[in-house]
Amino acid sequence: MTKKLFSGDEAIARGAWEYGVRFASAYPGTPSTEILEAVAQYPDIEAQWSTNEKVAFEIAMGASIGGARTLVAMKHVGVNVAADPLMTFAYTGVNGGFVLVSADDPSMHSSQNEQDNRRFAAFARIPMLEPSDSAEAKDFVGAALEISETFDTPVMLRITTRTAHGKSVAELGERREHPLRNPGRIDREKFVMLPMYARRRRVVMAEREERLAAFAEETPLNRIEPGDRRVGFVTSGGAYAYVKEVWPEASFLKLGLTNPIPAGMIRRFAASVDRLIVVEELDPYLEEQIRILGLPVEGKSIFPAIGELTPDIVRACLAKAGLLEAAAAPVHAAVDGLTPRPPAMCPGCPHLGMYLALGKLRDATITGDIGCYTLGALPPVNALDTCICMGASIGAAIGIQKARGDGKNIVAVIGDSTFLHSGITGLLDAIYNQSTITIIISNNGITAMTGGQEHAASGHNLRGEPTYSVDLVALCKGLGVEHVFAADPTQHKAFAQLVKQETQADHLSVIVSSQPCVLYPQKVKRGKYAVEPEICIGCGACRKSACPALLKSDQKTEKGHFKTVIDGELCTGCGLCASVCPVSAIQPVEKGV
Amino acid sequence: MTTPTTNILLVGVGGQGIILASEIIAETALRSGLDAKKSEVHGMSQRGGVVSSHVRFGPVVHSPLIEEGRADVILSFEILESLRWLNFLAPAGAVLANTQKIVPPIAAAGLTTYLDDPAAELAARVPGAVLVPADAIARELGNTRLVNSVMLGVLSTMSPLDVDAWRAVVAEFVPAKARDVNRTAFERGRALRAV
Repeated sequence: MTKKLFSGDEAIARGAWEYGVRFASAYPGTPSTEILEAVAQYPDIEAQWSTNEKVAFEIAMGASIGGARTLVAMKHVGVNVAADPLMTFAYTGVNGGFVLVSADDPSMHSSQNEQDNRRFAAFARIPMLEPSDSAEAKDFVGAALEISETFDTPVMLRITTRTAHGKSVAELGERREHPLRNPGRIDREKFVMLPMYARRRRVVMAEREERLAAFAEETPLNRIEPGDRRVGFVTSGGAYAYVKEVWPEASFLKLGLTNPIPAGMIRRFAASVDRLIVVEELDPYLEEQIRILGLPVEGKSIFPAIGELTPDIVRACLAKAGLLEAAAAPVHAAVDGLTPRPPAMCPGCPHLGMYLALGKLRDATITGDIGCYTLGALPPVNALDTCICMGASIGAAIGIQKARGDGKNIVAVIGDSTFLHSGITGLLDAIYNQSTITIIISNNGITAMTGGQEHAASGHNLRGEPTYSVDLVALCKGLGVEHVFAADPTQHKAFAQLVKQETQADHLSVIVSSQPCVLYPQKVKRGKYAVEPEICIGCGACRKSACPALLKSDQKTEKGHFKTVIDGELCTGCGLCASVCPVSAIQPVEKGV
Repeated sequence: MTTPTTNILLVGVGGQGIILASEIIAETALRSGLDAKKSEVHGMSQRGGVVSSHVRFGPVVHSPLIEEGRADVILSFEILESLRWLNFLAPAGAVLANTQKIVPPIAAAGLTTYLDDPAAELAARVPGAVLVPADAIARELGNTRLVNSVMLGVLSTMSPLDVDAWRAVVAEFVPAKARDVNRTAFERGRALRAV
C-alpha cells in the first residue's frame, strides 16, 4: 500500500476519485476551496467552479438525478446559500450517490461567522459523517456515497478548518467505476415536489430516518474504544484527536456518523463508565441529544461553545474539572505588545486605487462585501461601513437609501466574483425600485481572497481551459442600468473625478473598476516605479493609497515633511502612485519583462 | 523528551514559504517510516499576516496541533516572530531564527512599533537560540525565496531524521528549475551548524 500525506481537502478529492464520483462542483470558500482544486487533478471526474453554492448544489443534484455519483463542496456559510435546494432534495432523495461537503470554520479564521452546520444535517434530516483526519476523510466519502444510495438520501460530510487544511497520512486505493444508476426515465413522483407528492415523500423521509437510526447502531463508522472506566468521552471530528492526545487511556465513543446518533450504543457506553463527557467544537449538538435520551452527561459545562478546541484547551478544561492534572506552565512566555500584522492588500492591488478615490469623499457611506477588498475596513484604509455576507453590499446600500431618503454618497463596493455570485439580483432590485446609489464593481478578473479561482468573467474554467467570459459592463447595461462606466482605478485623477460625480448624481450608476489581481492567475510582471527624491515635495499624497511598497524616506523636505521612497522589491508597477503625484516625482524605472 | 513525538513549530510572515517548508518536514518524517501530522491556517494569513505551522512526527501522532510548552524546535523565518510564539517552546527546546526583519506596513506607517532589537530580546530570553543569517545567504544565492531551504538545512542538523531523506524531499518539493540552488541553500544551512 502506498501511503501519502494529504490535507483533508485533498483526501476528500482522492476519495471522490477512488469511489467513482463522476461529477463535482463548488464555489470557492475557505477552508473548502482546495477540494475542487484537487478534484481537477483527476481527469475521470467532470469538475467545475459554479457561479455560487446554490447553483453548484443544483447542478450536482441534477448530476445525481441523472444517475452519477456526485460531490459538491462549500464552506459553512455557502450552505446557507444552497439551503433552498438542500432542504427539498432531502425530501426527494437521490439517484446516483450524493455528498455535500460542508467545511466549517470554528474560530472564524477566514469567515464572517462560525455557525455549526451539524444543525443543517439535523434540520434537513439527512445523515452526516465527521472525519477526524485525512485517512477518514477519504474513506468517509466512500461510506457517504454508499449510505446515500442505500438509504436514498443526500449525505453531508462535515469537516472543519483543522481537518480540511491539516495534513495526515492516508493509503492510496484504486478507482472503482460506478456506472450511471437508473439512467432511464426520471421518476416524477419522486422528483416533482408538488404538495401532493411532497407529502408522500415526507412520510418516506420519516421511514428513512428510522432505518438510519438502526444503521447507526451497527456501522463501524461509530466505535467504542474501551479504556479507563472513570471517564467516557463521546466525541467526533477534530476534537477526537485532541482528547486522544491529552488522555489516550480514557474510554472513547468515537462517532463517525453524527446524524442520526446511535442511541443504543450511547446508552451502553454510558453504562460502562462513571462519567459521560461530550467533547465537541461549537454547539452542544451531541450533548443536547444525549440529554434528551435521559442520560446524565456533561459537555459545555466543561468546554467552551465558542471557537475551536485545541489540545491545550481540552487539557485545561479537563484540569479545571478536576479530571486531569494541569499542564505545567510553559517555561517561556510569549512576548507581549509585539506589532500585530493585520492582513493587508498587496502592493499594486487594484482595490487600493478604488479606496484612494473613495477616501476623498466626504460623509460617504460605503457598504462592503466579501473578498480581499473587505480588508479596506481596517487601518490604514478605514473605508468600509458594513460587510455581512456574499452580495449584501448592494441590498444594504439600497436599504440605507430607503432609511435616509437620499442615495447620494451611498456606495456599494463589491468584487467581480461576488457580484456574479449574488450581486446581480441586488442590482436588479436597485433598477426595479429606482435606487440612486453608486455601485463599484472592483474587477480584478479572479476570485482572489481564496487563492485565485476562476469565475464566469475570468475567461477560464477550473482546469484553466479558455471559456466564455461575461462582459460586466454589457451585463449591467443589459439589465437596464443607464449609467455604466468602465474605469481604471490606477488612473487616479480621472477615476476620483468619476466617483465624485456619480456619488453626487441623482441616478443609479455602476462603475466597473478594472485592473488585474497582482497575484492571480499569475504574478503580474510590469516595469517598476521610483521616486525622484529631488522632485518629491513630501506631500504624502501617494502614501494615502496604503500601498505597502510606498515607504517614508529618511529624507525630509525643508519644511520637515518625509519624502516617499518606493521599495523596489515590493513594487508591482501599477502606476497608481505616479498618477497621484502632483509634481510628477514618480516615474517608471525599467521595462517590464 | 518524555514523549516519542517530535514537535516543530514553524513561524513567520505570509509569503515566506513556511507552508512548503512544513510539508517538506512532514514528508521527510513519513519517508523515514514515521507517522506525521501537520496543521496551519490558510486564507487571510497569506496577505502578509502572521503564519504558524505545526508539524508533529513519531510512531503514532494523534493531534496535529502542538501544545504550549511542548515544541522541541521553533523554526522562525522572521526574527520578531520567534518572540510571539515562545510560550510554545519546551523547557529544553531550541529556537532557530532567521535574523531577517520584516516590518509590517502599519509599523512602517508609524501606527504600531516594530521592536528595536528583536535578536537581543530573543538571546536574553532563550540564551541558546541560534540566529541564522538565512536571508543574507538567500540573497547571496540570488533569491530571497531560498530562506526556507537554508532554514531546513539548519534544522536537519538537529533532527533525528536521515539527512539523505531530507535532501531527497527538498529536491523533490522545490520547483524543478530552482532545484540546484535550493540544494546549495540547504547545504549552506547545514554548514552553519557543522562544527
